[in-house]
Amino acid sequence: MDIVLEQVEYRYAANSPFEKKAVEDVTFKIPEGQCTAIIGHTGSGKSTLLLHLNALLKPTSGTVQIGERTVKAGRKEKDLKPIREKVGIVFQFPEQQLFEETVMKDICYGPMNFGVSEQEAKKRAAFWLKEVGMPEEVLGKSPFDLSGGQMRRVAIAGVLAMEPEVLVLDEPTAGLDPRGRREMMEMFYRLHQERGITLVLVTHSMEDAARYADKVVVMHKGRKVHEAPPRELFSDTARLAEWGLGVPEVVKFQRMLEEKTGKAFPKVCLTMDELADMLKQGGESL
Amino acid sequence: MSNMISLENITFKYPGTEKEVLKNISISIKEGEWTAIVGHNGSGKSTLAKLMNGLYFPEQGTVTIAGIQLNEDTVWDTRRHIGMVFQNPDNQFVGTTVQDDVAFGLENHGIPQDIMVERVQTALKQVKMDDFLNQEPHHLSGGQKQRVAMASVLALRPDIIILDEATSMLDPAGRAEVIELVRELKREEDMTVLSITHDLEEAAKADRIIVMNQGEVYREGTPEDIFAMGQELVDLGLDLPFPLKMAHVLTEKGIPLKQNTLTEEELVNELWTSFLSK
Amino acid sequence: MMEKMIFGRYIPADSIAHRMDPRAKLIFVFAFIAIIFIANDVWGYVIAAAFTYISVKMSGLSLRFLISGLKPVMILIAFTFLLQLFFAREGNVVLDLGFIQVYEEGIRQAFFISMRFTLLVFMTSLLTLTTTPISITDGLESLLNPLKKIKFPAHELALMMSIALRFIPTLMDETDKIMKAQMARGSDMSSGPLKDRIKAIVPLMIPLFVNAFKRAEDLATAMEVRGYRGGEGRTKYRLLFWKARDTFALLSLVLLAGALAAFRFWI
Repeated sequence: MDIVLEQVEYRYAANSPFEKKAVEDVTFKIPEGQCTAIIGHTGSGKSTLLLHLNALLKPTSGTVQIGERTVKAGRKEKDLKPIREKVGIVFQFPEQQLFEETVMKDICYGPMNFGVSEQEAKKRAAFWLKEVGMPEEVLGKSPFDLSGGQMRRVAIAGVLAMEPEVLVLDEPTAGLDPRGRREMMEMFYRLHQERGITLVLVTHSMEDAARYADKVVVMHKGRKVHEAPPRELFSDTARLAEWGLGVPEVVKFQRMLEEKTGKAFPKVCLTMDELADMLKQGGESL
Repeated sequence: MSNMISLENITFKYPGTEKEVLKNISISIKEGEWTAIVGHNGSGKSTLAKLMNGLYFPEQGTVTIAGIQLNEDTVWDTRRHIGMVFQNPDNQFVGTTVQDDVAFGLENHGIPQDIMVERVQTALKQVKMDDFLNQEPHHLSGGQKQRVAMASVLALRPDIIILDEATSMLDPAGRAEVIELVRELKREEDMTVLSITHDLEEAAKADRIIVMNQGEVYREGTPEDIFAMGQELVDLGLDLPFPLKMAHVLTEKGIPLKQNTLTEEELVNELWTSFLSK
Repeated sequence: MMEKMIFGRYIPADSIAHRMDPRAKLIFVFAFIAIIFIANDVWGYVIAAAFTYISVKMSGLSLRFLISGLKPVMILIAFTFLLQLFFAREGNVVLDLGFIQVYEEGIRQAFFISMRFTLLVFMTSLLTLTTTPISITDGLESLLNPLKKIKFPAHELALMMSIALRFIPTLMDETDKIMKAQMARGSDMSSGPLKDRIKAIVPLMIPLFVNAFKRAEDLATAMEVRGYRGGEGRTKYRLLFWKARDTFALLSLVLLAGALAAFRFWI
């Protein structure tokens, strides 16, 4: 299922003295089965944009096509549930959305809202809890008795149990320690590869965008300013700086090497392994 | 240099629980030093902060702040010596505006109004937020709020500033803002700083790092010493600064490196002399 | 419509009313509320209206801005007007529509009550429009201070108010965020039978409460660490200055009260 945004504009408090334009003239496609990263610094409009991906917000102008459905500005939409079932969103600090007495009930909440039977929902809860790396005995516990990191995993399992085709992640690793961050991202990437879930990653981390994304969309001051595969995007350090964004550390390091040797390397390396291999093969010629 | 904070043989359990979160810990923070306490979430590092400000008292051992032994009777005296910046930028913003927030602590200490005005101004200038006097918190970014929290602390002129995961909820720009501010304060005012963090970039700027694991002090040393632990640090749930990770990958791929390097510049030079220019 | 509503909002400006001491403004408004009840004839209301008009002028805000901003309240006032018009049954019948009669007294009452209501809304709006919430809090604390002698928690009350003010926007944002998160999980708060809608509130309220308690705990720690031990021995950052204009404002109220009383009892 593709999601296609066309000239999307969103104004908060439209037609009032407090009106504020958050997103303007944004057009791009999120292709099925790929990982698309949306980057941009705080206030660039990326958070507003992501709310359009499952019709939590309706554009004030333009259209958002989500699979078969089209959400169009000015048109009354009925029954948005099928859209929300197909596009799951993991919000920033998702542990804040937990509310049930038990982990089991909380994970079942989403699926059952979409009409999944209780029995099936429970089966899914047990399955997805394991997928996010939590032991099964947690199912009967109160989510509020868990540690912060565990709560986050439970909340994520709650979204995954809806078994969405598209998974939107808003800064999923914020506040985690380095190991937690690594494990979390690897988990999402594994789901993406094994199950073909379409990923949308809204992030501040250039490292993650470089490592996981097939395509990166850059937001700046409410507009889409660039859209490219990571290798192409990160080869233009100067332009990224204009948007207040950096490059992954390995790219920064490659640039320093290039300056020292006075020669440009044949391509921008996105991982340390890539760079090491290139150095090894290139050897003296670099 | 005298000890600003010293913890001696601290053992601690949270009330009503069985697990010892801190086991026989001894740590000292020296005056004028920037110390970082690192550890993964749940290593007990944040509990240390709660013992230092007297929110909890240890089961065994003593906490001494600026020469005063911390107990129920001295807790308010010791708090005068410590300024703390916490994790959540919103939950420590007490005032309705920037200047009211900075003034809050001064009001509590009964500082006369004319001196208060002056101190609020100075503190906000130090954190470069003096253009935002009447701004309300919901119009500020996370980084700006943390800078105001720093100003609130500075206005009270404490002997030591404790940053309790103060950058962990910020975006990269906000994090950089706060770290840069701490560096400046350190340089210009010779502040004693203790940062409790899992951000290795932040810890790398410190004079000394204390690594916590499972409620115990695992290792203590200069950033160089600590980062030399390499993979061991990663196994503790932490990370390594980029140059060390890069050097590790390079050696694994069979590119010879003679020296241990801590910064990008050093690694570039090392690569140049021992590999590229040959 | 609610977004244009100005009731309870503060509009920054530099007018006489803005510069007045919040204590003076508070006394002024509360006294006005009492005094307006003295008026009971046309002349009384004309004078009170003129007085309100002058007060609006002193605030630097235009009458038109006030009226448009208070439209939702105006609708409520119009409703009271009609209610009085049809339900007061004294004096002569002026209009007989068969199913309902309008009495002389009805017209009088409807006119007076809606006039009184309008003037009250204008005056109280002027208070909030020209005074920041924090100044109102400071003013209240200062006015309630003498009551500390009888153990009235004036400082605590003021602190509670200011913290509430500080956290309203934060909690609004949070409500919106959690609502969106639950909607993304298929909760439907805006349609369906009432029973389902009430049920849909639980997933919103519980996280809100849990987070609010967490915030309260953090905030208490932050306050303690910055030396907060109650109102004892605290100094104030914001000072209140009582100026001549504040005294004059209150004197003008005495004149108003006198004039209204004169029309009511002697003229």
